[in-house]
Amino acid sequence: MTASRSSGAREHVLARIRGALSQSGTDLVEIPREYRTVGPWKPGAPATIELLVDRLVDYKAIVHRAADVAELTTAITQSLGAPTTLTTGAAPAVVVPVGLDAGWVDTIRAAGFEVLTDSRTDPVPLDRLDTVVAVVTAARVAIADTGTIVLDGADDQGRRAITLVPDHHICVVRADQVVGTVPEGVALLTADCPQTWISGPSATSDIELSRVEGVHGPRTLEVILVGAAAG
Amino acid sequence: MTTFLGVPLRRKPDPELRHPNPLRGSESFPQAARHELGNTQLRANLAHATSVIRAKRAAVVNEVPDWEALRDAGSAIKADVMVRLPELLEQLEEKVTARGGVVHWARDADEANRIVIELIRATGQTEVIKVKSMATQEIGLNEALEDVGIAAFETDLAELIVQLGHDRPSHILVPAIHRNRAEIREIFLREMGDAPPGLTDEPRALAMAARAHLRRKFLQSKVAISGANFAIADTGTLAVVESEGNGRMCLTLPETLITVMGIEKLLPTWQDLEVFMQLLPRSSTGERMNPYTSMWTGVTPGDGPQEFHLVLLDNGRTRALADTVGRAALHCIRCSACLNVCPVYERTGGHAYGSVYPGPIGAVLTPQLTGTTGHGDPNASLPYASTLCGACYEVCPVKIDIPSLLVMLRARMVDEDRGRKVPDGWSAAMKAASWVMSDAGRFAAAEKLTGVGRLVAGKKGRISSLPFPASKWTAARDLPSPPAETFRTWWARERGDQS
Repeated sequence: MTASRSSGAREHVLARIRGALSQSGTDLVEIPREYRTVGPWKPGAPATIELLVDRLVDYKAIVHRAADVAELTTAITQSLGAPTTLTTGAAPAVVVPVGLDAGWVDTIRAAGFEVLTDSRTDPVPLDRLDTVVAVVTAARVAIADTGTIVLDGADDQGRRAITLVPDHHICVVRADQVVGTVPEGVALLTADCPQTWISGPSATSDIELSRVEGVHGPRTLEVILVGAAAG
Repeated sequence: MTTFLGVPLRRKPDPELRHPNPLRGSESFPQAARHELGNTQLRANLAHATSVIRAKRAAVVNEVPDWEALRDAGSAIKADVMVRLPELLEQLEEKVTARGGVVHWARDADEANRIVIELIRATGQTEVIKVKSMATQEIGLNEALEDVGIAAFETDLAELIVQLGHDRPSHILVPAIHRNRAEIREIFLREMGDAPPGLTDEPRALAMAARAHLRRKFLQSKVAISGANFAIADTGTLAVVESEGNGRMCLTLPETLITVMGIEKLLPTWQDLEVFMQLLPRSSTGERMNPYTSMWTGVTPGDGPQEFHLVLLDNGRTRALADTVGRAALHCIRCSACLNVCPVYERTGGHAYGSVYPGPIGAVLTPQLTGTTGHGDPNASLPYASTLCGACYEVCPVKIDIPSLLVMLRARMVDEDRGRKVPDGWSAAMKAASWVMSDAGRFAAAEKLTGVGRLVAGKKGRISSLPFPASKWTAARDLPSPPAETFRTWWARERGDQS
């Protein structure tokens, strides 16, 4: 295939780079890192949570707060809404990653939804994924400063496709997962798993720079903050 | 209605090429700008869009207390990347390969296109979906694919508007910034094939039409092509920053992913994301964070494309790298903040630059990527497409001193022209001025002539049109009326006794 030619190209490009640098210089550069690496408040502190909520709402995510498991159950049920029986007579389906908390899964089932469990080894087919009413996942970390939720593909967050194709994403974030700044978030993440950083529902500003929420990704993003007293 | 023709393709195709060169127009910037400035619709669209995005950026940058410290770090990190480019590229290649990706190297656009074509052919597919990517614009990939019978579908809304409109991108971030909602509606109704008949020009309705149009493509496509915003050398991770979710669709659902990336887009370490994920979104779309960022490292079994190819592209970057000052243009992270603040870009739009990289950064990057062949080369005119006001430097998240680069490149263009036998207007005028000013008597005589200028300027106090050769000046800008009295006559009158 391209192996022989591109290996020639590899040496050629690297030689050109070295040649260029021999003309323009290779003095080592000192990198100043004077920027903030932590915010004014600790992870999970009430002020950190308030900031996250403010940022999420600003970018048109819907936010619920649940002080405990009982409130979480209510919040999940509220977010899903009433199941509307499909024309086929089947119950509407919700997809969940294989490692999602069993109690949450029971809540979804109890609310009258069919639960589709997705995993890397047993994925829900794409066309089926396109028909589910919602996906419920946990998260890896949330960054208050920017209103960002990071999913890293762990078993309670799942394959990237399940949080992409359904039109409604319900994401449960624990208060202790909420950090203040981007550097705090990056420090908790590794390159081991594919990541998706989500800041509000999908959006476009391509038409006259006016923002339209909800293009190809989920048009509704609901975030349930657990362990944060409803303010 | 036939008023929605927009900006016609004025670039004459190079007889050598079937398709226009993505990095070089057929006219100099002043010639092309003159056409573009005549389009009042274009000017209105640009004025509106750039003022909106400027205000958004300013608001979210002002809320970051350590913005300048982030810029300093960003600038130094990119300078460090340039110095250590060979070792960082080898490290990236090693990490990507270890995680199941395949790395390819391309010396130029043709080689990159050939590699991508072979990779697509190996899958047996004849259609691919694309994430918005400047690198693939730069190499003319869509046209190269079309030539061999592979259809490339742009999935970013603005790129879709450009593609359906048989148009050219005019902005790095918002390639259809030159189109207003009514024009976009016309394009969709005419070209999309499945646009709802009652489509209005509401941005929401237009975005939903694009969603419906692309949905099946996303779910069925086997091959996707992307660029990359960042590649992290010490982990082999690639990052794509986007808004609509089309990027996630392309990066997640197909079986094969091919990413084309300029060799300069590296970051040395994972930690460096903490700087660039703050700098880029706020500078680019004026958001605290863009809606979606995807990061992946090689292939992840059971999640996403199971075949991943990374094409590392030179295409002139090593030419730019050889210049001590000029290589700073390679620090660019393609945020487009400099376009939005540029008084020249705001009026001419992106097409006048003749390159897929327009605006201030385009004016310093394009001529360095292509090299210039002297006076007649349209790219030799690009360093002059600026007032040197410095706004671009102020907003650049990695502190590229674009005004200094422009001045350096202007000097280079003048040097390239020194060997010319026939002097151009500029050097003839300079020679004449030198002759006049080197002699007191000649200078005094010339000063007397300024009285004529006052007559020409008249009551409005400006001279807007003069005969040749002075018309070369007045065609582009007014000349202020000369003062009633020269400095030397004033001095003689007021302080003559002291001299």
